[in-house]
Amino acid sequence: MDCARATFAPDMRTAEIAHLLRLEWQLDRRQKHVWGSMALYVVSTIYVCYQGVRHLFDVPIWNALFWIILLFAAFNALGRSFQRENAGRQLYLYTLASPRSVVLARTLYNGLIMAVLGLLSLAAYALFIGSSPLDAARLDIFLPVVVIGGTGFALVLTLISALAARAGNGIGLMAILGFPIVLPMLMSLMKASKLALDGMGWNVTGQYVLWLVLIDFITVALAWLLFPYLWRD
Amino acid sequence: MKGWWWKGLCVVLLLYVVVVGLHTPLGPALVHASIDRIAPGPVALEATGYNTHFTREKPQLWLENEGYRVCATDVSVRSDVELDATFIVPAGLQGNLTSLWAWDATDGPVVLRDAFFTEGLGNGLQGEGCTVNTTERSGFSFPNRTILNETIRNLFFHVPMWFTMMVLMTIAFVQSLLVLRKGDLANDQMALSAVDVSLLFAALGLITGSIWARATWGDWWTSDPKLNGAAVTVLIYAAYLILRGSVPDPHKRARLAAIYNIFAYVLMMVFLMVLPRLTDSLHPGNGGNPAFSKYDLDSSLRAVFYPAVAGWVLLGVWAYTLHLRVARLRSIADEANDH
Repeated sequence: MDCARATFAPDMRTAEIAHLLRLEWQLDRRQKHVWGSMALYVVSTIYVCYQGVRHLFDVPIWNALFWIILLFAAFNALGRSFQRENAGRQLYLYTLASPRSVVLARTLYNGLIMAVLGLLSLAAYALFIGSSPLDAARLDIFLPVVVIGGTGFALVLTLISALAARAGNGIGLMAILGFPIVLPMLMSLMKASKLALDGMGWNVTGQYVLWLVLIDFITVALAWLLFPYLWRD
Repeated sequence: MKGWWWKGLCVVLLLYVVVVGLHTPLGPALVHASIDRIAPGPVALEATGYNTHFTREKPQLWLENEGYRVCATDVSVRSDVELDATFIVPAGLQGNLTSLWAWDATDGPVVLRDAFFTEGLGNGLQGEGCTVNTTERSGFSFPNRTILNETIRNLFFHVPMWFTMMVLMTIAFVQSLLVLRKGDLANDQMALSAVDVSLLFAALGLITGSIWARATWGDWWTSDPKLNGAAVTVLIYAAYLILRGSVPDPHKRARLAAIYNIFAYVLMMVFLMVLPRLTDSLHPGNGGNPAFSKYDLDSSLRAVFYPAVAGWVLLGVWAYTLHLRVARLRSIADEANDH
Protein backbone atom coordinates (compact mmCIF):
# COMPACT_ATOMS: atom_id res chain seq x y z
CA MET A 1 0.00 0.00 0.00
CA ASP A 2 2.75 2.40 1.08
CA CYS A 3 4.81 1.36 -1.86
CA ALA A 4 1.92 1.90 -4.24
CA ARG A 5 1.23 5.31 -2.79
CA ALA A 6 4.85 6.28 -3.11
CA THR A 7 4.88 5.23 -6.74
CA PHE A 8 1.63 6.88 -7.70
CA ALA A 9 1.81 9.87 -5.39
CA PRO A 10 3.19 12.42 -7.90
CA ASP A 11 0.62 11.53 -10.53
CA MET A 12 -2.18 11.47 -8.03
CA ARG A 13 -1.09 14.78 -6.64
CA THR A 14 -0.89 16.42 -10.04
CA ALA A 15 -4.31 15.08 -10.89
CA GLU A 16 -5.67 16.26 -7.58
CA ILE A 17 -4.23 19.74 -8.01
CA ALA A 18 -5.53 19.96 -11.56
CA HIS A 19 -8.94 18.91 -10.31
CA LEU A 20 -8.89 21.48 -7.51
CA LEU A 21 -7.79 24.19 -9.95
CA ARG A 22 -10.75 23.30 -12.16
CA LEU A 23 -12.97 23.46 -9.08
CA GLU A 24 -11.72 26.98 -8.24
CA TRP A 25 -12.28 28.05 -11.82
CA GLN A 26 -15.81 26.65 -11.91
CA LEU A 27 -16.74 28.13 -8.56
CA ASP A 28 -15.61 31.56 -9.70
CA ARG A 29 -17.24 31.20 -13.10
CA ARG A 30 -20.49 30.37 -11.43
CA GLN A 31 -20.19 33.62 -9.49
CA LYS A 32 -18.89 35.98 -12.13
CA HIS A 33 -19.41 38.96 -9.87
CA VAL A 34 -16.27 37.87 -7.98
CA TRP A 35 -14.05 38.70 -10.93
CA GLY A 36 -16.12 41.76 -11.63
CA SER A 37 -15.65 43.01 -8.10
CA MET A 38 -11.87 42.59 -8.27
CA ALA A 39 -11.63 44.44 -11.56
CA LEU A 40 -14.02 47.14 -10.40
CA TYR A 41 -12.02 47.62 -7.21
CA VAL A 42 -8.85 48.31 -9.19
CA VAL A 43 -10.53 50.52 -11.75
CA SER A 44 -12.30 52.57 -9.09
CA THR A 45 -9.08 52.96 -7.10
CA ILE A 46 -7.28 54.12 -10.21
CA TYR A 47 -10.10 56.50 -11.04
CA VAL A 48 -10.00 57.95 -7.53
CA CYS A 49 -6.25 58.47 -7.91
CA TYR A 50 -6.88 60.05 -11.32
CA GLN A 51 -9.21 62.57 -9.69
CA GLY A 52 -6.42 63.39 -7.25
CA VAL A 53 -3.36 63.56 -9.46
CA ARG A 54 -4.60 63.66 -13.12
CA HIS A 55 -1.69 62.70 -15.34
CA LEU A 56 1.61 61.75 -13.78
CA PHE A 57 4.76 62.34 -15.79
CA ASP A 58 7.25 61.75 -13.02
CA VAL A 59 8.49 58.18 -13.47
CA PRO A 60 9.32 57.29 -9.81
CA ILE A 61 5.94 58.52 -8.55
CA TRP A 62 4.06 56.89 -11.44
CA ASN A 63 5.82 53.65 -10.64
CA ALA A 64 5.28 53.83 -6.87
CA LEU A 65 1.59 54.67 -7.18
CA PHE A 66 1.05 51.78 -9.57
CA TRP A 67 2.54 49.26 -7.17
CA ILE A 68 0.66 50.64 -4.19
CA ILE A 69 -2.61 50.33 -6.10
CA LEU A 70 -1.77 46.79 -7.16
CA LEU A 71 -0.81 45.88 -3.59
CA PHE A 72 -4.16 47.04 -2.25
CA ALA A 73 -5.94 45.28 -5.09
CA ALA A 74 -4.11 42.10 -4.09
CA PHE A 75 -5.19 42.46 -0.47
CA ASN A 76 -8.78 42.95 -1.60
CA ALA A 77 -8.75 40.10 -4.10
CA LEU A 78 -7.06 37.56 -1.86
CA GLY A 79 -8.76 38.54 1.37
CA ARG A 80 -11.72 36.45 0.33
CA SER A 81 -9.60 33.50 -0.75
CA PHE A 82 -10.26 31.48 2.39
CA GLN A 83 -13.27 33.37 3.64
CA ARG A 84 -15.79 31.96 1.21
CA GLU A 85 -15.86 28.46 2.66
CA ASN A 86 -17.79 27.83 5.79
CA ALA A 87 -16.53 25.28 8.29
CA GLY A 88 -18.70 22.52 6.87
CA ARG A 89 -17.44 22.82 3.34
CA GLN A 90 -13.87 23.08 4.57
CA LEU A 91 -14.30 19.78 6.39
CA TYR A 92 -15.78 18.25 3.24
CA LEU A 93 -12.83 19.44 1.16
CA TYR A 94 -10.52 18.07 3.82
CA THR A 95 -11.95 14.59 3.48
CA LEU A 96 -11.60 14.70 -0.30
CA ALA A 97 -8.16 16.18 -0.88
CA SER A 98 -4.85 16.56 0.87
CA PRO A 99 -4.38 20.01 2.43
CA ARG A 100 -1.17 20.47 0.50
CA SER A 101 -2.96 20.01 -2.78
CA VAL A 102 -5.60 22.47 -1.64
CA VAL A 103 -3.10 25.19 -0.78
CA LEU A 104 -1.02 24.56 -3.88
CA ALA A 105 -4.05 24.68 -6.15
CA ARG A 106 -5.35 27.81 -4.49
CA THR A 107 -1.94 29.49 -4.55
CA LEU A 108 -1.53 28.75 -8.23
CA TYR A 109 -5.06 29.90 -8.98
CA ASN A 110 -4.56 33.12 -7.04
CA GLY A 111 -1.24 33.63 -8.82
CA LEU A 112 -2.97 33.38 -12.19
CA ILE A 113 -5.76 35.70 -11.11
CA MET A 114 -3.31 38.30 -9.86
CA ALA A 115 -1.16 38.07 -12.99
CA VAL A 116 -4.23 38.88 -15.09
CA LEU A 117 -5.36 41.54 -12.61
CA GLY A 118 -1.88 43.10 -12.71
CA LEU A 119 -1.94 43.48 -16.48
CA LEU A 120 -5.52 44.76 -16.37
CA SER A 121 -4.58 47.31 -13.72
CA LEU A 122 -1.65 48.42 -15.85
CA ALA A 123 -3.95 49.00 -18.80
CA ALA A 124 -6.40 51.03 -16.73
CA TYR A 125 -3.56 52.85 -15.02
CA ALA A 126 -1.91 53.78 -18.30
CA LEU A 127 -5.26 54.97 -19.65
CA PHE A 128 -6.11 57.28 -16.75
CA ILE A 129 -2.87 58.25 -15.02
CA GLY A 130 -0.89 58.48 -18.23
CA SER A 131 1.32 56.29 -20.34
CA SER A 132 4.21 58.68 -20.95
CA PRO A 133 6.53 56.83 -18.50
CA LEU A 134 6.04 53.74 -20.67
CA ASP A 135 7.47 55.48 -23.74
CA ALA A 136 11.10 54.97 -22.79
CA ALA A 137 10.46 51.69 -20.99
CA ARG A 138 11.70 48.23 -21.87
CA LEU A 139 8.26 46.65 -22.07
CA ASP A 140 9.78 43.20 -22.58
CA ILE A 141 11.07 43.54 -19.02
CA PHE A 142 8.40 45.73 -17.46
CA LEU A 143 5.47 43.46 -18.35
CA PRO A 144 7.11 40.31 -16.95
CA VAL A 145 7.94 42.26 -13.78
CA VAL A 146 4.26 43.23 -13.45
CA VAL A 147 3.22 39.61 -13.92
CA ILE A 148 5.85 38.33 -11.48
CA GLY A 149 4.88 41.04 -9.01
CA GLY A 150 1.18 40.30 -9.12
CA THR A 151 1.85 36.57 -8.84
CA GLY A 152 4.29 37.18 -5.99
CA PHE A 153 1.69 39.15 -4.02
CA ALA A 154 -0.75 36.30 -4.55
CA LEU A 155 1.72 33.65 -3.40
CA VAL A 156 2.65 35.45 -0.19
CA LEU A 157 -0.85 36.59 0.64
CA THR A 158 -2.57 33.24 0.07
CA LEU A 159 -1.06 31.72 3.22
CA ILE A 160 -1.56 34.98 5.14
CA SER A 161 -5.18 35.02 4.00
CA ALA A 162 -5.66 31.48 5.27
CA LEU A 163 -4.05 32.44 8.59
CA ALA A 164 -6.26 35.50 9.01
CA ALA A 165 -9.35 33.48 8.10
CA ARG A 166 -8.39 30.84 10.67
CA ALA A 167 -7.87 33.53 13.29
CA GLY A 168 -11.44 34.55 12.48
CA ASN A 169 -10.45 38.15 11.97
CA GLY A 170 -10.82 38.74 8.26
CA ILE A 171 -9.17 41.35 6.14
CA GLY A 172 -8.04 43.73 8.90
CA LEU A 173 -5.74 41.17 10.42
CA MET A 174 -4.62 40.12 6.97
CA ALA A 175 -3.34 43.62 6.28
CA ILE A 176 -1.41 43.73 9.54
CA LEU A 177 0.15 40.31 9.00
CA GLY A 178 0.70 40.78 5.30
CA PHE A 179 2.24 44.24 4.98
CA PRO A 180 5.56 43.60 6.70
CA ILE A 181 6.02 40.32 4.82
CA VAL A 182 5.14 41.82 1.46
CA LEU A 183 7.25 44.93 2.02
CA PRO A 184 10.60 43.42 0.95
CA MET A 185 8.98 42.10 -2.20
CA LEU A 186 7.31 45.44 -2.86
CA MET A 187 10.62 47.25 -2.52
CA SER A 188 12.41 45.03 -4.99
CA LEU A 189 9.43 45.19 -7.36
CA MET A 190 9.46 48.98 -7.34
CA LYS A 191 13.18 48.94 -7.95
CA ALA A 192 13.00 46.40 -10.79
CA SER A 193 10.08 48.08 -12.53
CA LYS A 194 11.69 51.51 -12.10
CA LEU A 195 14.81 50.19 -13.83
CA ALA A 196 12.70 48.68 -16.60
CA LEU A 197 10.87 52.00 -17.01
CA ASP A 198 14.22 53.76 -17.28
CA GLY A 199 15.03 51.46 -20.18
CA MET A 200 17.61 49.32 -18.42
CA GLY A 201 18.30 45.88 -19.84
CA TRP A 202 18.26 42.43 -18.29
CA ASN A 203 21.86 42.79 -17.12
CA VAL A 204 20.70 45.40 -14.59
CA THR A 205 17.17 44.27 -13.75
CA GLY A 206 18.03 40.59 -13.96
CA GLN A 207 19.23 40.26 -10.38
CA TYR A 208 16.04 41.83 -9.01
CA VAL A 209 13.84 39.57 -11.13
CA LEU A 210 15.89 36.58 -10.02
CA TRP A 211 15.51 37.62 -6.41
CA LEU A 212 11.73 38.02 -6.84
CA VAL A 213 11.44 34.56 -8.38
CA LEU A 214 13.49 33.24 -5.45
CA ILE A 215 11.09 34.80 -2.90
CA ASP A 216 8.13 33.35 -4.82
CA PHE A 217 9.72 29.94 -4.77
CA ILE A 218 10.51 30.06 -1.04
CA THR A 219 7.00 31.27 -0.31
CA VAL A 220 5.38 28.39 -2.14
CA ALA A 221 7.70 25.93 -0.38
CA LEU A 222 6.78 27.39 3.01
CA ALA A 223 3.07 27.36 2.24
CA TRP A 224 3.43 23.75 1.16
CA LEU A 225 5.16 22.83 4.43
CA LEU A 226 3.02 24.85 6.82
CA PHE A 227 -0.48 24.58 5.44
CA PRO A 228 -1.36 21.13 6.83
CA TYR A 229 -0.85 22.52 10.35
CA LEU A 230 -3.10 25.42 9.57
CA TRP A 231 -5.80 23.24 8.08
CA ARG A 232 -5.98 20.94 11.07
CA ASP A 233 -8.37 21.82 13.88
CA MET B 1 23.85 26.90 42.62
CA LYS B 2 24.93 25.40 39.37
CA GLY B 3 23.88 27.04 36.15
CA TRP B 4 24.79 30.47 37.46
CA TRP B 5 28.25 30.75 36.06
CA TRP B 6 27.13 32.19 32.75
CA LYS B 7 25.20 34.94 34.48
CA GLY B 8 28.37 35.88 36.34
CA LEU B 9 30.25 35.74 33.06
CA CYS B 10 27.65 37.99 31.46
CA VAL B 11 28.04 40.62 34.21
CA VAL B 12 31.84 40.48 34.01
CA LEU B 13 31.85 40.77 30.22
CA LEU B 14 29.46 43.71 30.18
CA LEU B 15 31.39 45.49 32.93
CA TYR B 16 34.54 44.99 30.86
CA VAL B 17 32.76 46.29 27.76
CA VAL B 18 31.44 49.41 29.50
CA VAL B 19 34.68 50.24 31.30
CA VAL B 20 37.15 49.45 28.53
CA GLY B 21 34.82 50.36 25.68
CA LEU B 22 34.04 53.80 27.04
CA HIS B 23 37.34 54.51 28.78
CA THR B 24 39.94 53.61 26.16
CA PRO B 25 40.95 56.78 24.32
CA LEU B 26 40.81 57.09 20.58
CA GLY B 27 44.19 57.14 18.92
CA PRO B 28 45.70 60.58 18.25
CA ALA B 29 44.86 62.25 14.95
CA LEU B 30 45.14 65.53 13.11
CA VAL B 31 41.62 66.78 12.52
CA HIS B 32 41.85 70.30 11.11
CA ALA B 33 44.14 72.76 9.35
CA SER B 34 43.39 76.47 9.21
CA ILE B 35 43.92 76.72 5.44
CA ASP B 36 42.80 74.40 2.65
CA ARG B 37 45.06 75.39 -0.24
CA ILE B 38 48.78 75.91 -0.59
CA ALA B 39 50.87 77.64 -3.26
CA PRO B 40 54.63 77.78 -3.82
CA GLY B 41 56.29 80.13 -1.34
CA PRO B 42 56.00 80.57 2.42
CA VAL B 43 52.86 79.14 4.01
CA ALA B 44 51.76 79.59 7.62
CA LEU B 45 49.05 77.43 9.09
CA GLU B 46 47.47 76.35 12.31
CA ALA B 47 46.83 72.63 12.86
CA THR B 48 44.43 71.02 15.32
CA GLY B 49 44.87 67.55 16.73
CA TYR B 50 42.63 65.25 18.75
CA ASN B 51 44.04 63.28 21.70
CA THR B 52 47.52 64.42 20.69
CA HIS B 53 50.31 65.41 23.13
CA PHE B 54 52.17 68.20 21.36
CA THR B 55 53.46 69.84 24.59
CA ARG B 56 55.42 66.79 25.72
CA GLU B 57 57.93 67.03 22.96
CA LYS B 58 58.00 69.41 20.04
CA PRO B 59 56.52 67.52 17.08
CA GLN B 60 57.97 67.29 13.62
CA LEU B 61 55.61 68.54 10.88
CA TRP B 62 55.73 67.90 7.18
CA LEU B 63 53.68 68.06 4.01
CA GLU B 64 53.55 65.07 1.72
CA ASN B 65 52.70 65.22 -1.98
CA GLU B 66 53.03 62.08 -4.12
CA GLY B 67 55.79 60.75 -1.90
CA TYR B 68 57.73 64.03 -1.74
CA ARG B 69 58.03 65.56 1.75
CA VAL B 70 58.41 69.20 2.76
CA CYS B 71 59.33 69.71 6.40
CA ALA B 72 58.17 72.68 8.44
CA THR B 73 60.75 75.43 8.86
CA ASP B 74 59.25 76.51 12.15
CA VAL B 75 56.83 74.84 14.60
CA SER B 76 55.44 76.52 17.70
CA VAL B 77 53.22 74.56 20.04
CA ARG B 78 50.28 76.31 21.69
CA SER B 79 48.72 73.38 23.54
CA ASP B 80 48.46 69.61 23.39
CA VAL B 81 46.10 69.87 20.43
CA GLU B 82 47.08 73.13 18.74
CA LEU B 83 50.22 74.24 16.97
CA ASP B 84 51.39 76.77 14.39
CA ALA B 85 53.77 75.88 11.61
CA THR B 86 55.36 77.55 8.62
CA PHE B 87 56.53 75.87 5.45
CA ILE B 88 58.39 76.97 2.34
CA VAL B 89 56.42 75.19 -0.37
CA PRO B 90 58.60 74.47 -3.42
CA ALA B 91 57.28 74.94 -6.96
CA GLY B 92 56.74 71.83 -9.08
CA LEU B 93 54.81 69.49 -6.81
CA GLN B 94 52.97 66.92 -8.87
CA GLY B 95 49.77 65.95 -7.04
CA ASN B 96 46.59 67.99 -6.68
CA LEU B 97 46.25 67.09 -3.03
CA THR B 98 48.80 67.43 -0.26
CA SER B 99 48.61 65.71 3.12
CA LEU B 100 49.72 67.15 6.44
CA TRP B 101 51.71 64.90 8.80
CA ALA B 102 53.00 65.32 12.32
CA TRP B 103 55.15 63.08 14.45
CA ASP B 104 56.19 63.01 18.06
CA ALA B 105 57.37 60.14 20.23
CA THR B 106 54.16 59.93 22.26
CA ASP B 107 51.68 60.05 19.39
CA GLY B 108 53.61 58.45 16.54
CA PRO B 109 52.79 59.62 13.02
CA VAL B 110 49.40 61.34 12.64
CA VAL B 111 47.99 62.58 9.37
CA LEU B 112 45.33 64.83 7.92
CA ARG B 113 44.97 63.21 4.53
CA ASP B 114 44.53 65.34 1.41
CA ALA B 115 44.36 68.42 3.58
CA PHE B 116 45.34 70.97 0.92
CA PHE B 117 44.54 71.72 -2.66
CA THR B 118 47.87 72.37 -4.29
CA GLU B 119 48.59 75.25 -6.69
CA GLY B 120 51.61 75.72 -8.96
CA LEU B 121 51.87 72.12 -10.07
CA GLY B 122 54.85 70.81 -12.01
CA ASN B 123 56.34 67.48 -13.01
CA GLY B 124 57.30 66.43 -9.52
CA LEU B 125 60.52 66.88 -7.58
CA GLN B 126 63.52 64.57 -7.41
CA GLY B 127 64.00 62.38 -4.33
CA GLU B 128 61.86 62.18 -1.21
CA GLY B 129 62.48 65.62 0.25
CA CYS B 130 63.34 65.89 3.91
CA THR B 131 63.78 62.85 6.14
CA VAL B 132 61.24 62.27 8.89
CA ASN B 133 60.74 59.94 11.80
CA THR B 134 57.78 57.55 11.41
CA THR B 135 58.26 55.31 14.44
CA GLU B 136 54.85 54.00 15.52
CA ARG B 137 53.64 54.71 19.00
CA SER B 138 52.77 51.96 21.45
CA GLY B 139 49.69 51.73 23.66
CA PHE B 140 46.08 50.61 23.49
CA SER B 141 43.59 52.87 21.71
CA PHE B 142 40.70 52.70 19.28
CA PRO B 143 41.06 53.85 15.65
CA ASN B 144 40.38 57.53 15.15
CA ARG B 145 38.53 58.12 11.89
CA THR B 146 37.12 61.25 10.35
CA ILE B 147 33.32 61.48 10.62
CA LEU B 148 33.18 58.40 12.88
CA ASN B 149 35.29 59.95 15.64
CA GLU B 150 34.08 58.86 19.09
CA THR B 151 30.98 57.15 17.66
CA ILE B 152 33.17 54.18 16.78
CA ARG B 153 32.41 52.94 20.31
CA ASN B 154 28.83 52.34 19.22
CA LEU B 155 30.19 49.14 17.68
CA PHE B 156 30.14 47.60 21.18
CA PHE B 157 26.47 48.42 21.75
CA HIS B 158 24.56 48.79 18.51
CA VAL B 159 25.86 45.75 16.64
CA PRO B 160 25.53 43.24 19.53
CA MET B 161 21.92 44.43 20.07
CA TRP B 162 21.03 43.10 16.62
CA PHE B 163 23.01 39.92 17.19
CA THR B 164 21.10 39.37 20.42
CA MET B 165 17.81 40.06 18.68
CA MET B 166 18.63 37.51 15.98
CA VAL B 167 19.62 34.91 18.57
CA LEU B 168 16.32 35.40 20.42
CA MET B 169 14.31 35.31 17.21
CA THR B 170 16.06 32.10 16.29
CA ILE B 171 15.07 30.68 19.68
CA ALA B 172 11.48 31.74 18.94
CA PHE B 173 11.70 30.12 15.50
CA VAL B 174 12.92 26.80 16.92
CA GLN B 175 10.23 26.88 19.62
CA SER B 176 7.61 27.55 16.95
CA LEU B 177 8.80 24.51 15.03
CA LEU B 178 8.42 22.49 18.24
CA VAL B 179 4.90 23.83 18.72
CA LEU B 180 3.91 22.47 15.33
CA ARG B 181 5.67 19.20 16.03
CA LYS B 182 4.42 18.52 19.55
CA GLY B 183 1.55 20.94 20.11
CA ASP B 184 2.92 21.80 23.54
CA LEU B 185 1.83 25.14 25.02
CA ALA B 186 5.12 25.37 26.97
CA ASN B 187 6.98 25.79 23.67
CA ASP B 188 4.50 28.45 22.68
CA GLN B 189 5.25 30.41 25.85
CA MET B 190 8.98 30.11 25.12
CA ALA B 191 8.46 31.48 21.62
CA LEU B 192 6.40 34.37 23.00
CA SER B 193 8.97 35.23 25.68
CA ALA B 194 11.79 35.15 23.14
CA VAL B 195 9.87 37.45 20.79
CA ASP B 196 9.05 39.88 23.61
CA VAL B 197 12.67 40.18 24.70
CA SER B 198 13.94 40.30 21.12
CA LEU B 199 11.66 43.29 20.46
CA LEU B 200 13.25 45.03 23.44
CA PHE B 201 16.68 44.50 21.89
CA ALA B 202 15.37 45.61 18.50
CA ALA B 203 14.21 48.85 20.13
CA LEU B 204 17.65 49.31 21.72
CA GLY B 205 19.29 48.58 18.38
CA LEU B 206 17.08 51.15 16.65
CA ILE B 207 17.80 53.79 19.30
CA THR B 208 21.57 53.28 19.31
CA GLY B 209 21.61 53.15 15.52
CA SER B 210 19.50 56.26 15.19
CA ILE B 211 21.75 58.30 17.49
CA TRP B 212 24.80 57.06 15.60
CA ALA B 213 23.20 57.92 12.26
CA ARG B 214 22.45 61.43 13.49
CA ALA B 215 26.09 61.92 14.46
CA THR B 216 27.65 60.48 11.31
CA TRP B 217 25.11 60.69 8.46
CA GLY B 218 23.35 63.76 9.83
CA ASP B 219 19.89 62.24 10.00
CA TRP B 220 17.96 60.13 12.48
CA TRP B 221 16.64 57.81 9.81
CA THR B 222 17.55 57.27 6.17
CA SER B 223 16.12 54.95 3.56
CA ASP B 224 18.74 52.24 3.57
CA PRO B 225 18.34 48.48 3.00
CA LYS B 226 19.78 47.72 6.39
CA LEU B 227 17.38 50.12 8.10
CA ASN B 228 14.43 48.91 6.04
CA GLY B 229 15.32 45.38 7.08
CA ALA B 230 15.29 46.42 10.71
CA ALA B 231 11.93 48.17 10.31
CA VAL B 232 10.40 45.15 8.56
CA THR B 233 11.67 42.89 11.33
CA VAL B 234 10.09 45.00 14.05
CA LEU B 235 6.81 45.25 12.11
CA ILE B 236 6.69 41.49 11.56
CA TYR B 237 7.09 40.70 15.24
CA ALA B 238 4.65 43.41 16.27
CA ALA B 239 2.17 41.74 13.87
CA TYR B 240 3.00 38.41 15.53
CA LEU B 241 1.89 39.84 18.88
CA ILE B 242 -1.31 41.24 17.35
CA LEU B 243 -2.11 37.88 15.75
CA ARG B 244 -1.73 36.26 19.17
CA GLY B 245 -4.00 38.86 20.71
CA SER B 246 -6.80 38.15 18.26
CA VAL B 247 -7.14 34.39 18.85
CA PRO B 248 -8.74 33.46 22.18
CA ASP B 249 -8.25 29.67 22.12
CA PRO B 250 -4.73 28.91 23.47
CA HIS B 251 -4.05 25.83 21.33
CA LYS B 252 -5.24 27.46 18.14
CA ARG B 253 -3.33 30.61 19.06
CA ALA B 254 -0.15 28.61 19.59
CA ARG B 255 -0.47 26.94 16.21
CA LEU B 256 -1.37 30.03 14.20
CA ALA B 257 1.34 32.09 15.87
CA ALA B 258 3.89 29.35 15.18
CA ILE B 259 2.91 29.18 11.50
CA TYR B 260 3.20 32.94 11.11
CA ASN B 261 6.49 33.02 12.99
CA ILE B 262 8.07 30.34 10.80
CA PHE B 263 6.79 31.93 7.60
CA ALA B 264 7.93 35.41 8.61
CA TYR B 265 11.29 34.32 10.02
CA VAL B 266 12.39 32.49 6.89
CA LEU B 267 11.33 35.30 4.55
CA MET B 268 12.91 37.89 6.84
CA MET B 269 16.22 36.03 6.97
CA VAL B 270 16.30 35.76 3.19
CA PHE B 271 15.50 39.46 2.96
CA LEU B 272 18.12 40.50 5.50
CA MET B 273 20.79 38.39 3.83
CA VAL B 274 20.09 39.20 0.21
CA LEU B 275 18.70 42.69 -0.20
CA PRO B 276 21.55 44.73 1.33
CA ARG B 277 23.82 43.06 -1.20
CA LEU B 278 21.56 44.04 -4.09
CA THR B 279 21.20 47.76 -3.45
CA ASP B 280 23.43 50.60 -2.40
CA SER B 281 23.80 51.18 1.26
CA LEU B 282 25.49 53.73 3.47
CA HIS B 283 25.72 51.25 6.30
CA PRO B 284 29.19 50.08 7.32
CA GLY B 285 29.89 46.66 5.88
CA ASN B 286 27.50 47.13 2.93
CA GLY B 287 27.53 48.53 -0.57
CA GLY B 288 31.28 49.03 -0.69
CA ASN B 289 31.47 50.74 2.70
CA PRO B 290 34.16 49.24 4.89
CA ALA B 291 33.04 47.15 7.83
CA PHE B 292 34.70 47.88 11.12
CA SER B 293 37.21 45.11 10.57
CA LYS B 294 38.86 47.36 7.97
CA TYR B 295 39.58 50.06 10.53
CA ASP B 296 40.67 47.64 13.16
CA LEU B 297 44.27 47.19 12.12
CA ASP B 298 45.63 46.44 15.58
CA SER B 299 42.57 44.45 16.73
CA SER B 300 41.83 46.92 19.53
CA LEU B 301 38.16 47.02 18.52
CA ARG B 302 37.96 43.24 18.35
CA ALA B 303 39.32 43.00 21.89
CA VAL B 304 36.14 44.69 23.10
CA PHE B 305 33.69 43.77 20.32
CA TYR B 306 33.81 39.98 20.75
CA PRO B 307 33.32 40.13 24.55
CA ALA B 308 30.53 42.65 23.92
CA VAL B 309 28.71 40.26 21.57
CA ALA B 310 29.04 37.41 24.08
CA GLY B 311 27.97 39.65 26.98
CA TRP B 312 24.91 41.13 25.29
CA VAL B 313 23.76 37.77 23.93
CA LEU B 314 24.07 36.27 27.40
CA LEU B 315 22.13 39.21 28.83
CA GLY B 316 19.42 38.65 26.23
CA VAL B 317 19.17 34.96 27.08
CA TRP B 318 19.13 35.82 30.77
CA ALA B 319 16.28 38.30 30.25
CA TYR B 320 14.47 35.62 28.24
CA THR B 321 14.72 33.06 31.07
CA LEU B 322 13.45 35.66 33.55
CA HIS B 323 10.56 36.60 31.26
CA LEU B 324 9.69 32.92 30.96
CA ARG B 325 9.76 32.42 34.73
CA VAL B 326 7.50 35.40 35.31
CA ALA B 327 5.06 34.06 32.70
CA ARG B 328 5.03 30.60 34.30
CA LEU B 329 4.50 32.03 37.79
CA ARG B 330 1.71 34.20 36.45
CA SER B 331 -0.05 31.23 34.86
CA ILE B 332 0.31 29.25 38.11
CA ALA B 333 -1.15 32.20 40.01
CA ASP B 334 -4.02 32.41 37.51
CA GLU B 335 -4.79 28.73 37.95
CA ALA B 336 -4.72 29.10 41.73
CA ASN B 337 -7.15 32.00 41.49
CA ASP B 338 -9.49 29.98 39.31
CA HIS B 339 -9.84 27.24 41.92
